[in-house]
Amino acid sequence: MSAPMKKPAAETLPRPAGLAGLAADWASDQRTFKDVSWGKAMMWIFLLSDTFVFGCFLLAYMSARMSTAVPWPNPSEVFALEIGGTHMPLILIAIMTFVLISSSGTMAMAVNYGYRRDRRKTAALMLLTALFGATFVGMQAFEWSKLIAEGVRPWGNPWGAAQFGSSFFMITGFHGTHVTFGVIFLLIVARKVWRGDFETERRGFFTSRKGRYEIVEITGLYWHFVDLVWVFIFAFFYLW
Amino acid sequence: MVDVRSGIGEALPPPEVEDVELYHPHSWWTRYVFSQDAKIIAIQYGTTAIAIGMVALVLSWLIRLQLGFPGTFELIDAERYYQFITMHGMIMVIYLLTALFLGGFGNYLIPLMVGARDMVFPYANMLSYWIYLLAVIVLAASFFTPGGPTGAGWTLYPPQAVLSGTPGGRDWGIIMMLSSLIIFVIGFTMGGLNYVVTVLQGRARGMTLMRLPLTVWGIFTATVMALLAFPALFVACVMMLFDRLLGTSFFMPAIVEMGEQLQYGGGSPILFQHLFWFFGHPEVYIVALPAFGIVSDLISTHARKNIFGYRMMVWAIVIIGGLSFIVWAHHMYVSGMNPYFGFFFATTTLIIAVPTAIKVYNWVLTLWRGNIHLTLPMLFALAFIVTFVNGGLTGLFLGNVVVDVPLSDTMFVVAHFHMVMGVAPIMVIFGAIYHWYPKITGRMLNEAMGQIHFWVTFIGAYAIFFPMHYLGLIGVPRRYHELGEASFVTTSIAELNAFISVMALLVGAAQIVFLFNLAWSLRHGREAGGNPWRATTLEWQTPETPPPHGNWGNELPVVYRWAYDYSVPGAPEDFIPQNQPTPGRLSHETVS
Repeated sequence: MSAPMKKPAAETLPRPAGLAGLAADWASDQRTFKDVSWGKAMMWIFLLSDTFVFGCFLLAYMSARMSTAVPWPNPSEVFALEIGGTHMPLILIAIMTFVLISSSGTMAMAVNYGYRRDRRKTAALMLLTALFGATFVGMQAFEWSKLIAEGVRPWGNPWGAAQFGSSFFMITGFHGTHVTFGVIFLLIVARKVWRGDFETERRGFFTSRKGRYEIVEITGLYWHFVDLVWVFIFAFFYLW
Repeated sequence: MVDVRSGIGEALPPPEVEDVELYHPHSWWTRYVFSQDAKIIAIQYGTTAIAIGMVALVLSWLIRLQLGFPGTFELIDAERYYQFITMHGMIMVIYLLTALFLGGFGNYLIPLMVGARDMVFPYANMLSYWIYLLAVIVLAASFFTPGGPTGAGWTLYPPQAVLSGTPGGRDWGIIMMLSSLIIFVIGFTMGGLNYVVTVLQGRARGMTLMRLPLTVWGIFTATVMALLAFPALFVACVMMLFDRLLGTSFFMPAIVEMGEQLQYGGGSPILFQHLFWFFGHPEVYIVALPAFGIVSDLISTHARKNIFGYRMMVWAIVIIGGLSFIVWAHHMYVSGMNPYFGFFFATTTLIIAVPTAIKVYNWVLTLWRGNIHLTLPMLFALAFIVTFVNGGLTGLFLGNVVVDVPLSDTMFVVAHFHMVMGVAPIMVIFGAIYHWYPKITGRMLNEAMGQIHFWVTFIGAYAIFFPMHYLGLIGVPRRYHELGEASFVTTSIAELNAFISVMALLVGAAQIVFLFNLAWSLRHGREAGGNPWRATTLEWQTPETPPPHGNWGNELPVVYRWAYDYSVPGAPEDFIPQNQPTPGRLSHETVS
């Protein structure tokens, strides 16, 4: 978890350090995780649950890949591009990965500026993150159309095991959906930051609760998670 | 016993979180329909679950009519029979039991029992219910689609689930079922996050985890499990939906159907089974753990005794929850697996018996020399203990590979899981409704109707499922529409089947008495007052009954003791509420 950010307005009893502190927290009343707000706790638990979703998808894909009797298409060749006459394996995926990892960097900076209450920089960095995310999804759309043009379908492809196409569309599609939702969240929160909702304590449209700057960090948690999942997809689907 | 903070006589820790800002509804619609109050949401969840549960009850009647009197009812042909058993199973396990325990009791009891004003995210909580309702509507709608609902069995095993030989396989049925499950998982996640965060981060001052009533522990652990197990179901449903709609072959091997080679090839049906049971086995405990928790509180309250071995009970719940994630393949012995895997899964399965047995001993020891009041909740709690022990013991048979293989496809398995995860948790649900109805409505349920309901249900359930073990042992197969000429079993099984069916009709009719009681007592029940059972837990200490929006009026409760201070020697009354600081140091928590 990120470094000592601002604690929520709360006074807690002094607690011992280390394992004794952990035990004291779990044995205490009111809150188990003393520095963690409700929203952040919810996001962490949701991400744990979502980890299981992606874990199941990836395990299912790996079991299909290991048990197939038909050869598996070679990902380095399938995802290669001809750029300027040079044959470059996996180049698009490399760029996509670079873009997504960079977006995690800008997100982390946005969180930092959020806690410094710098509205403009926070909003700008969130927009930049969203832009990177959208670029990623755009490149994914390009990759999908390229493969579809080459004859890859969920039920089959010209090079080998049918499960290649099925797993590819399912896993990258599910991840791309996560990124898309992330971009939408980023835009919504960036707008709130820009408008100064958290200074004026404007109430949310749906929940009619006051927002806090912390939502920037919570959005960040989600964003880093989606990024991390991509690293696993990259390793297990493209590099294997 | 060393308590990290016994709290009695000590200074209380300061409040860490400022009092929450509640959403205040402005109209009848936001107060009672699109309500963000966990108590209203709980009632909505409960009503919807019971309504769809009635459909499952009628389906069980139809199943039993066919089994008891084969050939008599032309309506129940083989296809419909499979549709009925599929929908009966799915509705009972997911849409009734899971939704009622977690969405219903979880929503009502968690905020009240931990001393909170509401769930931590009321808006997401409200969405959870409406998405659940959508899932139920999609499920119910499948009865009216071309080809009817799916008849794949509640486990939906591919490849048969998406082939034309199975009702709904090439029609809408399986699509509706899978979609409904996907929607259910999404909706449940929204609620589940609420329950977990409320228990972890939203407790009252003085309410430590080791002072939580066991009800909360059961529901909390089950919710954590559900958040980790439902993803597997979600993934399995998504993949099968793709197999059916897009022609992918995740679960579909090369297959010939009606003399025609299908486009499928290379998929693994066993993969589905692994995903399904990675959800399916924890699901058993997602239903059982809330029942364990609730029954502990019922027994303690109605025997006027502290629960025996509270900490052991908590740890048993947690350990059962953990173990249940590494036993799933014991549902797959007949699918074939490496013998070492079978050995592993049989061992872990049998190990679960240890914490479970600890719980049963502790319930019995709580009853021992207690001041047992044979109230309706207590009767149902006792009924739970016997049925659960019964179903648990046959579980030991089925957990062993060599015993399971011959029994697996017989009525023995049907008897086993109906005892252990059908009848037993439903007994707890009834007990819990009789116990908390006075808090929810302010009136007691009618005792006479309740007695009829209890005795017919309890004895009837035994009359249904006890002989069914015997049917299974002599080899009557399950899932058969009609046995036909079967020289391998005695002819007398026909009479036994007819007897079981008559009992099933009778038990079903008793549930109508119960539903009538629920409606009748709403208006004509005896006034209950705030704490009719003289119970210690916080929900009985609310300033008003039924508790209003926000639960506690102006002052949040402060907790000074655990939930089980019954019959404390020297105390003026035989119970001391959790929020009562006096009298002095009296508490079992520090003595025991």
